[in-house]
Amino acid sequence: MSAAQWRRAMNSGAGRYALRTATPAAAAPLPAVEAPRVGPAISAALGKIRLRHVIVLAAVIVYPLVVSPFFTFQIGGQSLALGLIALSLTFLGGYGGMVSLAQMSVAGLAGYMVAILGTSIDPISLHWPWWLAVAFAILIATGFATFVGWLSVRTEGIYTIMITLAIGVAFYYLTLQNYSLFAGHRGFNQVNAPDVLGVNLRDPLPFYYLSLACALGGYFFVQYIIRAPFGIALQGVRDNPRRMRALGFHVTAHRVAAYSVAGVLASVGGVLMIWYNNQISPESTGLGRMIDILVIAVLGGMRHPIGAFAGAIVFVLVQNFAIDLIARERFNLVIGCVFLAIVLFSPDGLLGLWAQLRARLAAFGAQAKFRSGG
Amino acid sequence: MRLKTPVLRTLMGTAALVALCAGTAQAEDTIKIGVLATLEGPFAAGGQDSMRGADLALKLHNGMAGGKKIEFIKGSSDASPDKAVNATRKLVEQDKVDIMIGPLSGDEGIAVKNYSKTQPNITFINGSSGAQATTLVDPSPNFFRFHTEGAQWMVGLGEHALSKGYKKVFLVAEDYGFPYSQVQGFMAGYCKAGGHVVKKAWVPLGTKDYSSVISTIPGDVDALVVVLGGADAVNFLTQYEQVGGDKPMVGGTITVDQTVLNFKGKRRESLLGTPSAGPMADSIDTPEWKKFVSDYKANFKDGFPSPSLFAFLYYLSTEATLEGLDAVKGDLSGGQKAYREALQKLVLHGPAGDIKIDENRNGIGDTYITEVVKKPDGEFYNQVVKVTHNVTETLGLSKEEFTKMGLGSREVPSCP
Repeated sequence: MSAAQWRRAMNSGAGRYALRTATPAAAAPLPAVEAPRVGPAISAALGKIRLRHVIVLAAVIVYPLVVSPFFTFQIGGQSLALGLIALSLTFLGGYGGMVSLAQMSVAGLAGYMVAILGTSIDPISLHWPWWLAVAFAILIATGFATFVGWLSVRTEGIYTIMITLAIGVAFYYLTLQNYSLFAGHRGFNQVNAPDVLGVNLRDPLPFYYLSLACALGGYFFVQYIIRAPFGIALQGVRDNPRRMRALGFHVTAHRVAAYSVAGVLASVGGVLMIWYNNQISPESTGLGRMIDILVIAVLGGMRHPIGAFAGAIVFVLVQNFAIDLIARERFNLVIGCVFLAIVLFSPDGLLGLWAQLRARLAAFGAQAKFRSGG
Repeated sequence: MRLKTPVLRTLMGTAALVALCAGTAQAEDTIKIGVLATLEGPFAAGGQDSMRGADLALKLHNGMAGGKKIEFIKGSSDASPDKAVNATRKLVEQDKVDIMIGPLSGDEGIAVKNYSKTQPNITFINGSSGAQATTLVDPSPNFFRFHTEGAQWMVGLGEHALSKGYKKVFLVAEDYGFPYSQVQGFMAGYCKAGGHVVKKAWVPLGTKDYSSVISTIPGDVDALVVVLGGADAVNFLTQYEQVGGDKPMVGGTITVDQTVLNFKGKRRESLLGTPSAGPMADSIDTPEWKKFVSDYKANFKDGFPSPSLFAFLYYLSTEATLEGLDAVKGDLSGGQKAYREALQKLVLHGPAGDIKIDENRNGIGDTYITEVVKKPDGEFYNQVVKVTHNVTETLGLSKEEFTKMGLGSREVPSCP
């Protein structure tokens, strides 16, 4: 819904009454509530920056300069790209109440489009310039995400999971069995990242900073949109769709629009993943990967966008190093146990664990103050 | 946002600790070799056996090669190319291995070969991946394959099928790279000698319902060429028998394995005489093969009754790696140049024949043609009937003929 409609809703009947009772000093008729202007909004946002934000931002920017290229590329770059795809699920699931397993398929379609429209070693590729291929890939994948949303929007809870699972698996079989467009089982090899201004985007450092830019962009975008009228309405739709419908909001349109927004995030993640892997095949979008994204989102916690990236980092680290900690046949046990432990002790994932820790520290600090003070 | 710093720090600390542990084992006289196989996913059992093959080769060398101690660092994938490259990248860039053995599956091999081009100072030796494209299309100068590939495994079977009177055949095979190579290997000789493959039915991997395929089998073919994996082959045979089909079969390398030979259907007797071909057979009669089987059984009580194809191929690859190191006395300096030259010249005396490599660093070796035969106790097994030596990647054709034919695909080759 537009800002104008929101204003009108706030100013009409029930809205005006609610505002007047909330601020008893304003007895006179209220002026129209203005949508936040850009200037005050930015200064309001800047005011909320804390030391911890600065520390983390500095840490992720300086990170590749202090670790090996392996950690920059395989751990850092992969975490950020996977985190972006998981962010789309966190946005849909946490703020929209719709857990969609098809996010990896959206990302996969974006990747496939980059391969088909761009360059690869396969004769199917059209060899368009890379920026055109990427733009169309994101567009097509977002269109697919909207289609997925349109199909699943009238379902709730587990039925949404099932229908998006079905769509995802159908997509996997399409890419596996179609040879005229999707190159079937062999997939597309040598989908090379472009050279921009003499810098190859797949070298560890440039790729990391590209993923970081996309991840930060996605994160701040989600932060902004959940506070914008659209995001607030979406959370209302999550909590009580009947009331929102009664208030005059178009619930279905909001949900489909949420799928599209999530689709953009997932497509960007998908483009990053195909440049990371240098190739794409049906297994990249198969059932295993779809569940991986769900695990990442749940592991990190769906209450805040940062959860997706926290979950992605833990996931990538455990996947890479579990085999060093335990015998080669049993390392999957380590991965399973880590996930089980985190979700068991905190249904809200890592963020929930962190919140519990903070609460305990705060309680401890308050107790200490009480005892020492008066 | 405050979450990220302490959790991140703990994770980074743990990861650094792990990395440190992985790195401290490096001594001046130890050579680290990374071994990658599919320990997860559909080929997990094959991957386990392939590790046994690699371990056996190292054991028979007493853990040393070229005068230095050899340390294996194992990696795992799940038959998907991106996981294989991730695991390889970790072994090469994080664990700093000098030589890389692997991967197991065909599509993984192509992806790892592409990765090997970015690491010119490391030598990559194929595990068991058998796609033709790995060494025929855009080969990598530091990627070696010390065994024959899927198409080479079927050389000679075409002529053998014709000698049994199968002039017209119907083909059913899975729709991906390995069966394409197998079919090309079969048809290269079969079509040249005058046979006709009347129709090809490509089915998706893992198909359970073959009724649509069986209904299109023409009545006048002499035999069916079935290039399906063991479990799929049993499904196909069962359904073919239920329909009342009675044509004899010609099998691919992995078609007539133990699962099919234990088939208990009414038409079990019709399996007798089914020809197949591959780089090895359980019943090879040479002392080298018998020693290999007894070593495998003695060292691995939890292994299969007889080494599988994966164990055999990984054994060959590891054996070649270690013999190469012996030849250069463990000298991997100068970008491993001397080592690679030694590998190029190496003649590997394997359990199933000698193996050398060609100019694309692909193996040239023996192909065994087998037929299903009944043992005195009623059990079926594959008996070796013919051995073709020195099978090259051009499949018995001249280089010009082979280049003209191109790589195996759904349409290539074609001789209806």
